[in-house]
Amino acid sequence: MLSRTADHLYWMARYTERAENTVRMLDVSYRMSLLPGANGGDTESWSAILDISELSEAFARTGRPLSACDVIEFVVLDRDNPSSVWNCLRAARENAHAVRGTLTAEMWETTNATWLEIREMTPQKLRATDLGEFFEWVKFRSHLLRGVTFGTMLHDEAFKFVRLGTFLERADNTARLLDVKYHSLLPKAEGLTSSTDFYQWGALLRSVSAFETYRHVYRDVITPYKVAELLILNADMPRSLHACLDEINGILGEIASIHSAEAARQAGELHATLHYGRMDDIFDAGLHPWLERFLVRINRLGDSIGENFLVPVAA
Amino acid sequence: MNAAKPFDEMHAADGTIRTHYQPYSEWLGHTPRELIARKRKEADLAFHRVGITFNVYGADGGKERLIPFDLLPRIIPGDEWRTLEAGLRQRVRALNAFLADIYHGQEILRAGRIPADQVLDNAQFRPEMKGVHVPGGLYAMIAGIDLVRAAGADGKGDYYVLEDNLRVPSGVSYLLENRKMMMRLFPDLFSRYDVQPVEHYPDLLLETLRAVAPAGVLDPTAVLLTPGAFNSAYFEHSFLAQQMGIELVEGQDLFVEDDTVFMRTTQGPRRVDVIYRRLDDDFLDPEVFRADSMLGVPGLMSAYRAGRVTLANAVGTGVADDKSIYPYVPEMVRFYLGEEPILNNVPTWMLREPDDLAYTLAHLPELVVKEVHGAGGYGMLVGPAATKAEIEEFRQRILAAPEKYIAQPTLSLSTCPTFVDAGIAPRHIDLRPFVLSGGREIRMVPGGLTRVALKAGSLVVNSSQGGGTKDTWVVG
Repeated sequence: MLSRTADHLYWMARYTERAENTVRMLDVSYRMSLLPGANGGDTESWSAILDISELSEAFARTGRPLSACDVIEFVVLDRDNPSSVWNCLRAARENAHAVRGTLTAEMWETTNATWLEIREMTPQKLRATDLGEFFEWVKFRSHLLRGVTFGTMLHDEAFKFVRLGTFLERADNTARLLDVKYHSLLPKAEGLTSSTDFYQWGALLRSVSAFETYRHVYRDVITPYKVAELLILNADMPRSLHACLDEINGILGEIASIHSAEAARQAGELHATLHYGRMDDIFDAGLHPWLERFLVRINRLGDSIGENFLVPVAA
Repeated sequence: MNAAKPFDEMHAADGTIRTHYQPYSEWLGHTPRELIARKRKEADLAFHRVGITFNVYGADGGKERLIPFDLLPRIIPGDEWRTLEAGLRQRVRALNAFLADIYHGQEILRAGRIPADQVLDNAQFRPEMKGVHVPGGLYAMIAGIDLVRAAGADGKGDYYVLEDNLRVPSGVSYLLENRKMMMRLFPDLFSRYDVQPVEHYPDLLLETLRAVAPAGVLDPTAVLLTPGAFNSAYFEHSFLAQQMGIELVEGQDLFVEDDTVFMRTTQGPRRVDVIYRRLDDDFLDPEVFRADSMLGVPGLMSAYRAGRVTLANAVGTGVADDKSIYPYVPEMVRFYLGEEPILNNVPTWMLREPDDLAYTLAHLPELVVKEVHGAGGYGMLVGPAATKAEIEEFRQRILAAPEKYIAQPTLSLSTCPTFVDAGIAPRHIDLRPFVLSGGREIRMVPGGLTRVALKAGSLVVNSSQGGGTKDTWVVG
């Protein structure tokens, strides 16, 4: 298929997934801010949100105070913030539009309708909206597009580039979420010492739809070690790094060509790290350095996919 | 042909219903108006959805206007169509022979049948094409020939060719969508008529494109080259590519190496053999034509001239559909085919000729005057509809450069009953059949795109000027 077409499909999926994960992060901070004694959320948790997406500097330039309301507006609606949910959904729709002929009618209508609705959203309207409900809406629009894609699109090469975009973005986003949250939540070594900690870890798990999953898998109290294990190594947990790399590695095997050896090599290497890795080793090396290294590698893999498939340098 | 009352496709001069419209008229008689109104809404909604699907774009989210669709079909009796079809085949054969000739031996010029300067000094004549061999000697593989019908002296409607479109004629997607819509809205009507199908157009087009591949290519790869999503006909480009199952490419997707065209794919470069280009000559290759074109492919002309890729239509077809060449098409039919033209040309005065100029200047209020390089209904004077001041202004423009203009009698285009706000009323129509030349035969789907001027009395059917479309049925 045309590289340009694959590129648009891949980025349509990446931007949609990014919008979903952004509201998942906001949701967890928002829930925490509602906890007793949280006083509407300390500035730390809101600056953590900005750190995750590398937006602290851009936010500082706006001159806004570091308050829940200002951060949420910036991350959700700001037109000048290229990663805002508003811009992600616009970019997803623009990419979809460019390859309209490759999408099924349902896929186009889903992504177009999402854009038409959020396009009308203003800070005034957002303030008057139940935030929890709004976050749910963004999540469900993303679920809907993914489901409609899976259920209506021919599972051919085009489909695989959509899926590739989804899982590459998700691997990146889960790693970022875990990295920032883990450290902001971890002053007390192993084990949870207060009920606030319990709720905070619970909120983190909920933000990746994994609260019940955790209970089901471990049948144990929530410990940071196990939370990290679930989100990194558990191959059955659909938002874990291992699950994402299973998908990425598998898809790259299916769409391989003589030009894609480098992307395949990197994906295979990264996949092996997760497939054969042990949690103790990761913790011995330090979770934060390990996640930072993972982020560098997943972004390099993204670059290689770009060079091998999407924007071939050969001319 | 200047009969006061235009020819009506449905009603004879005495008000009776023509035979081929009788089953429709009967159906209309017992179909409640509310049902029609509901169907009309349904059609608007469905087209709007398709329209949104394809036309609401741009960073500003601006909407493109939809082309209005009229529910009352234009019906053409089979025997009438067969004559038209034969005439269209003949005309397109002659036009292709003309193009092959002027880019090679120029026999028609040497024979003095067309003044050489009319062709060679024409801005649409491409010297780059001289001596270039094109597969099958075909230049206009896809031709849109605009036909109109005017009342003759005997009350019969005579067809005339108004214009040949040999560059990138558009509109066929509406022809196909209109049929789909009519069958969806009124399945029962189709049981009353034996309507000849048109849905196989994309297959014919694909066969045509594959048939003109460079010699020696066994399984040719065809692509559709579009200027991009912001082009007004992008809907059609995307639709046709999808229907044919070929890639819809933009200039940036293609590159040329060793006089061979490749597209950039996820599996590496892939050779392209035939390009159905919906991009004007000027934009095709910045190395040869407009250097500022971002839409084309550098090196494309070189690959084309080397015979390594086929462009459909060929470069340089515009010289054959220019209004200054139009008057000579009947002569082409005689010269190349040794036949008498089946289709009429509209009588045309060429204002470069002093006699024609004098006649035209004396009769401006009755005539239509057209600029020879104009397209889309701009740059023309419709005498009967113009004010005195407008006529005088145009007279000055003609006097300044008479060779830039032709004049024709004001044709009273035929009318077809059309649903309007007040009910059903006659509106002027034309017809654009799409004629495909590739391989051994010339083929087309029966009928064509009927365009309708929705404003009462208006003769301008162009969609850019408020025209709509109708489904066109060839029956029996």
